[in-house]
Amino acid sequence: MLTGTGHRSRGERISKLSPGAWLYVAAVVAAAVAVLGQALGTDPDLDGPVRQAWAMAVLALLFLICDSAPTTLASRQSAWSPSSSVTLAAIVLVGPVGALVVGATSLLSVRRGLDLTQRLFNASMYGLSAWAAGEAYLALGGPVGHPGYHSFPGIIGPFAVAAVVHVSINHGLLWCMLMLVPAAESGQPAGALQRHLPMLFLSDLGYATIGLLIAALWSVGGAFAAILVLVPLFVARWAIGQFAAQERAYAATMAALCQAVETKDCYTRGHSERVSRGSAMIAREVGMRGRRVEAIRYAGMLHDVGKLGVPTTVLQKNGALSEEEYAAIQLHPMRGLAIVREIGFLDEALAGIMHHHERIDGHGYPMGLAGDEIPEFARVIAVADAFDAMTSNRSYRGARSIEEAIADLRKWSGSQFDPALVDAFVAALRREGWEQPRPAAMAPADGMSAQDHDDPTAPLRVVESW
Amino acid sequence: MKPATTVLGEGPEQAESWRQAMDSGELLLVAAAGMLVVAAVAQTAAVGLVQPRIALAFGALICFGEVLRLSLEGGREAAPIGSAGAFGYAVVLTVGGSRATQPALQVIAVVAAGMVLGALPHLAAGRPAGLAGMASRLIAVAVVAALFRPLSTIVTITRPRDWGLALAAMAAVLVAGWWAECLIRALISADALQARFRVALWDEMRVQLPLGFAVAATAILIAFAADMMGLVALGVFIGPLLVTQMAFRRYAGIRATYLETVRALARVTEVGGYVEDGHARRVGRLAVVVGRELGMSEPELLELEYAALMHDIGQLSLRDPIPGGATVLASPQQQRRIAELGASVIDQAGVLDGVAEIVRYQSWPWRGQDLQPPVGSRIIRAANAFDDLVGSSAETSRTVAALEWLRLDTATEYDPQVVEALAKVAGRRRR
Repeated sequence: MLTGTGHRSRGERISKLSPGAWLYVAAVVAAAVAVLGQALGTDPDLDGPVRQAWAMAVLALLFLICDSAPTTLASRQSAWSPSSSVTLAAIVLVGPVGALVVGATSLLSVRRGLDLTQRLFNASMYGLSAWAAGEAYLALGGPVGHPGYHSFPGIIGPFAVAAVVHVSINHGLLWCMLMLVPAAESGQPAGALQRHLPMLFLSDLGYATIGLLIAALWSVGGAFAAILVLVPLFVARWAIGQFAAQERAYAATMAALCQAVETKDCYTRGHSERVSRGSAMIAREVGMRGRRVEAIRYAGMLHDVGKLGVPTTVLQKNGALSEEEYAAIQLHPMRGLAIVREIGFLDEALAGIMHHHERIDGHGYPMGLAGDEIPEFARVIAVADAFDAMTSNRSYRGARSIEEAIADLRKWSGSQFDPALVDAFVAALRREGWEQPRPAAMAPADGMSAQDHDDPTAPLRVVESW
Repeated sequence: MKPATTVLGEGPEQAESWRQAMDSGELLLVAAAGMLVVAAVAQTAAVGLVQPRIALAFGALICFGEVLRLSLEGGREAAPIGSAGAFGYAVVLTVGGSRATQPALQVIAVVAAGMVLGALPHLAAGRPAGLAGMASRLIAVAVVAALFRPLSTIVTITRPRDWGLALAAMAAVLVAGWWAECLIRALISADALQARFRVALWDEMRVQLPLGFAVAATAILIAFAADMMGLVALGVFIGPLLVTQMAFRRYAGIRATYLETVRALARVTEVGGYVEDGHARRVGRLAVVVGRELGMSEPELLELEYAALMHDIGQLSLRDPIPGGATVLASPQQQRRIAELGASVIDQAGVLDGVAEIVRYQSWPWRGQDLQPPVGSRIIRAANAFDDLVGSSAETSRTVAALEWLRLDTATEYDPQVVEALAKVAGRRRR
């Protein structure tokens, strides 16, 4: 089951939620309270949950154990826990209203860093999805109570539908919430979660079936069955946690290695990372899917790795370059390709690295491709690369403002850049904002280059015409 | 770019085939399992299949699980769904209220049939059949079946008060089976990789523990649930196990990509002209083999490999390359500076603290300082010097000379234990 985590609220007050998000939380909580109140007021079968106080208590405890030990996903903004199986078991054993109450115990979760608003939202979200799933289960004729020999296989159909309803509503409600929280505030954009969603949806459905098992074993084993059922749940949790940890470690290592590459150049720190972020912004804006966005993020990160093959004296040369030196610089995308070719990447990412200095008018390098011949990834990276070069400090000039840089992008749009991608980038910038690097306090050293191969405002000067 | 051949005269492809080729230990294992299967099938054919419907259902589940094999870290193979089905068949007591009476040999025959059928798609797709892995899984099931089937007439789960005993018995035999599998795999890998057996066993148990835990719990759940749900219980369990499997697969995938990326990016020092072609990879491979010889565990070896691959990354911060890139001939101050710069790069990642530490101390002499560098650093120091001296050449005379050079400096510079391990490894691979 997906929940919002407390990470977001650390260091920023919840009052930062936009009015829309506030309204949304209030609506979800109100709906949950209304459903509960209506059920308590009119349900003649209320003695069901009450009679089964013992079962309710064990289920609630089980739910809390699962819910309190979630796995933080790569986005750090949402977490996953296998607790959906417990609420589904509650539907079978004590009915929809009982399931609502079990889900709402999430209010008491011992997870750290949750404030009251988040607790209320999580509890209402669980309660609502459990209740709706329970109603679907009842509507399809699913029996409430301890299943016996006669219940199988007839119970499977209604249960499966209930599981789908439960997981869909849970994911839907949380998704809307994440959409309402501006991406810039939450640090990481929702894209990381988007990548995981299909897998999490399937995981939740898979673990939902364990709910049926808890229910089936309950009539013979009671709490004992519940303990036994916890084992596979927690192994899955462990594996998903390991996966997420590895993925974070991977991204961090990649960033660190790219920074090592940057030290060779007179770049401000973090150029690779910002180009990576900018490329991903454009990619999302033009509607690329999760896998491709992921690939372009890595391509953006690694786009300049090949500069290591260019002698430092050439990179940092002050003054015009000889033709040979210029040729050495022109080769850097190819050298980058030679390094990353062995990484099991999408081919597209490789093409993006190789052609990120092509120009729409065909005057770029290394191949001189023009227009649509240039791979889409390369066109995207070119825009983000130039934009970051312009908005960063250089030894020969201060950082340009974002507005100036946008004006320059527009100026070269159509000759150097793909106009559609420039428009997409500007739109994304207006919405998500851009974090300019802090001006580095380094004094321009002697012999520092007064040119930058990425910067259209200070193009490389070559001595002889070619 | 010229192909990176190892100091030891072995290309990467050869090293791979060397790992995959069937060595004597695996052959013995497969032969033993084969004989067991022949005996089981013959016996089952002679007395006839007991309760064929149940046998068929479990066999199908095992076959399905075998198709969805999974590779774990270190090139291990697992089939969690198939194993859960097989263990479940070995410990199931009642199905839909009536007793399950299959004898141990029938369990072995059914499991073997399911595994072989499940391996066929892999063969058709041109992947290796994975006979050794199948054999070790089968023997684990055989251990469980042999221990538990005789008990199945005594243990019952029809009354709740018998549940405790049944659970304890199942858990005990499953632990025994799991341990037998780890033992067999450790023996095989200790034989093939020249690793220490005790270390290999620990590695095996560490890697197999989480999945083994899930598989055993699922097998017990199948056995209990089948009492009420009948064979439907098998279907119910495919879902959750598939999810676990998916998580493990993605985990193994990202681990592989991680190593692949570090390997590729370690080459930036080569492309930049700072070091000789293939230097990082050769040092990486050599360090791992030496580390294994010294009895390091797999997580330690992984850290060592990362550190060895990135040990020269600090050179990127130098304005101009060291002539020839061979740090062995650089001044101690410069060596230390490169190590320090490299460590600070790796520190940036924030997740590779152990690796950064190994890289930081790689330039330290092993003795005579107030602090002894970690064993990984000592290994990289020796492996780096060896590779700087020998390069990609495979000449015996150069190897011998390089080892002699290292031995001369064992008083303070190079750890004699590491140097001896290196000599042993170099000698073994040359032969």
